Amino acid sequence: MDKTEVLVIGSGPAGLKGALGAAEQGAKVTLVERDPFLGGQLVKQTHMFFGSKEQYASERGFKIAEKLTAAVEEHSAIRVLKEAAALGYYDDGVVTLELKGRVLPVSFNTMIMATGAQENTLMFPNCDLPGIYGAGAVQTLMNVYGVLPGKRVAMLGAGNIGVIVSYQLLQAGVEVPAIIEAAPDIGAYHVHASKVRRMGVPIYTSHTVVSAHGKDFLEKITVAELSDSWQPVPGTERELDVDVLCIAVGLTPLTEILFQAGCEMAYIPELGGHVPRRSAVLETSVPNIFVAGDVSGIEEASAAMVEGTIAGLKAALNLGYGRDSYEEKIAAAHRELASLRKGPTGEKIRSGLDHLEQAGEVRQ
Amino acid sequence: MRIQNHPILDFKKGKKVSFTFDGSRFEGYEGEPIAAALHAAGVKVLSHSRQHKRPRGFWCAIGNCSSCNMQVDGVPNVRTCVEPLREGMVVQIQQGKGEVGGAPDG
Repeated sequence: MDKTEVLVIGSGPAGLKGALGAAEQGAKVTLVERDPFLGGQLVKQTHMFFGSKEQYASERGFKIAEKLTAAVEEHSAIRVLKEAAALGYYDDGVVTLELKGRVLPVSFNTMIMATGAQENTLMFPNCDLPGIYGAGAVQTLMNVYGVLPGKRVAMLGAGNIGVIVSYQLLQAGVEVPAIIEAAPDIGAYHVHASKVRRMGVPIYTSHTVVSAHGKDFLEKITVAELSDSWQPVPGTERELDVDVLCIAVGLTPLTEILFQAGCEMAYIPELGGHVPRRSAVLETSVPNIFVAGDVSGIEEASAAMVEGTIAGLKAALNLGYGRDSYEEKIAAAHRELASLRKGPTGEKIRSGLDHLEQAGEVRQ
Repeated sequence: MRIQNHPILDFKKGKKVSFTFDGSRFEGYEGEPIAAALHAAGVKVLSHSRQHKRPRGFWCAIGNCSSCNMQVDGVPNVRTCVEPLREGMVVQIQQGKGEVGGAPDG
């Protein structure tokens, strides 16, 4: 049996910051990542971040990943296990990992779940054809491995991911004939949307893909306008020749281990589905199990980093580390989160968190 | 197809290795996912659905969805979107659920 004080599962922005937050207070941390590299989705982000200096504003996502990875790997109190997939949680408080073809049980004092999210799909005839890929897969192929996903790529979804990945496709030299969005409005930050429009990519709002065509792989899609009641309007169908359709219609938190651990969950559509109930410092209904980042509700990387810090600080405090600086550091992190969530772009997350809180205090 | 010039990213590639896919020889870079090497070489169909035998390709690329499961060196259900490519690998489209303990062939 392997033992650790703080077990962090997932090394995206939330997990990296969670590991650093706890280790800097003096706790001994084990950071577990199923990929052969750290950074999660940050490694695919070529755009510059917003926010303030604390949240690495004006730096590109993959550069932030490099910095945080270096900080984690240099920290003597953090042990990093790569290519280690968390398999499950057991009633005696043990998590099992698959590491180099073997099962490794790990017991821990506190755990930070930072497992992130997985992509949603959309149903339409032939939606399973090769060439119809999740936005994350498209980013992985082109931004991590330098492989072009296709020659002409249509984007389904004009939220931040859809619009940012469209821009990344243009950067890689791929033609993007259209961004298709079912809602009447563009969900992405307008600075991103304006950029792709200036580069000649039309964004069709109130439109959707009604079917895909091709024998062994995608050759064409049919797009139609949607009525006020979200039904395709007959006669508005048109065909687009594309070899890839990129699906960016939202994410669902990866919460399996939280369910296994018996954490109280709530279904909050604005946060992406089932999410754990938790305290203001991200402790779930099961004492010493924390959450940070997309697993606690779909948001974005800057907020995930701050949540990681908060969870790391409290996980360390539960072990008796960092009492002197705890209050001050938590207050600063809460101020950062509030600032990231203010204004119209934070409306959805604020509403989701309000709904989560309406069920009352988290019971432990 | 691979990206030759990127305005921001500089791709660090492993050494060039060769492998076989359904008996034909392919090249890729050591350490990249098997499915990425296949996609770069124009192979998009990675598996078939169990019941209707419909073609399946990449979907999630993070080892979650099983759409890219293939037989690699005789081992079935390998998630080729995350399995690193190595010299001499024998990669095959899998028939059905695959046999555990099958000998490498192809």
